[in-house]
Amino acid sequence: MTHAAARNASALAAGLLFGLGLAISQMVNPRKVLDFLDVAGNWDPSLVLVLGGAVGVAMLAFRFVLKRRQPIFDGEFHLPKTTKVDRRLLVGSAIFGVGWGIGGYCPGPGIAALSAASVEALVFVAGLAFGSFLYQRFAAPRD
Amino acid sequence: MKPQPILRAGAPERDNRHNSRRVSRVANFTPASALIGGALIGISATLLLWLNGRIAGVSGIMHGALQRRGDDAVWRWLFLAGLIAGAGAWLWLAPPAFAPRAGYSLPLVLLAGALVGFGTAQGGGCTSGHGVCGISRLSARSIVATLAFLVTGMASVFVVRHLFGVAS
Repeated sequence: MTHAAARNASALAAGLLFGLGLAISQMVNPRKVLDFLDVAGNWDPSLVLVLGGAVGVAMLAFRFVLKRRQPIFDGEFHLPKTTKVDRRLLVGSAIFGVGWGIGGYCPGPGIAALSAASVEALVFVAGLAFGSFLYQRFAAPRD
Repeated sequence: MKPQPILRAGAPERDNRHNSRRVSRVANFTPASALIGGALIGISATLLLWLNGRIAGVSGIMHGALQRRGDDAVWRWLFLAGLIAGAGAWLWLAPPAFAPRAGYSLPLVLLAGALVGFGTAQGGGCTSGHGVCGISRLSARSIVATLAFLVTGMASVFVVRHLFGVAS
């Protein structure tokens, strides 16, 4: 197996595990997510544990992984290069949060929910692609 | 194969949600399935970093899938296909304990999608990229981003549910 094929296989495997985790934790259910964000209502803290479980595993494992000179099937780690906390980061994240609170989907659960043949998820993912296009077309920095 | 009972424990009885408010504020809390699902997401992120050197940020993978061509697009589409298949496998094995949301405004869902698509492109990540992977790397950018989208997400739900009274 070439490295490119191995990378594709591992991406598929990682996606499968990720989707399984989202479904088991019920994060594919937008009401569950909205109940977490609804601190003034019938608050459901489950999402804290989903995030906590994921961070708990990843924080420990990343320490070992990032000690390696390179990943198994690639020549380098593709980590974000910028470390600056800037306006773009804040404004973008704030806009994302507003949309998250309106729909109850962030990108992972929205895409994973397509598996339930949910019309809502289809509409949400169409919106995602449209928003991505709008950013690239009108707001992305030109270089 | 039937799921372990622990994964269904505490499955919310959605229809009584508003009536049960006085009974218990955390009646919908599902700690076991949340931790197990979360750990799987952490393992997935570890695999992708260890094997491919990539951050398991769904928004970044998606934006890249839409823009890139060739090898750098293929793995992204495969990850997204796996995301759908993995969730689908569980829904098939263990029919969900919740009724899918029906009747919520589709124009609002479309608006939500567009805001999430735009915002994650500008902010460089979402709940997985910033929230899971970034915090795990103790990235200051990701910690700030996560706080920002949590705050505006909570504010947004407050406006939609409590000020406008929309049942979401």
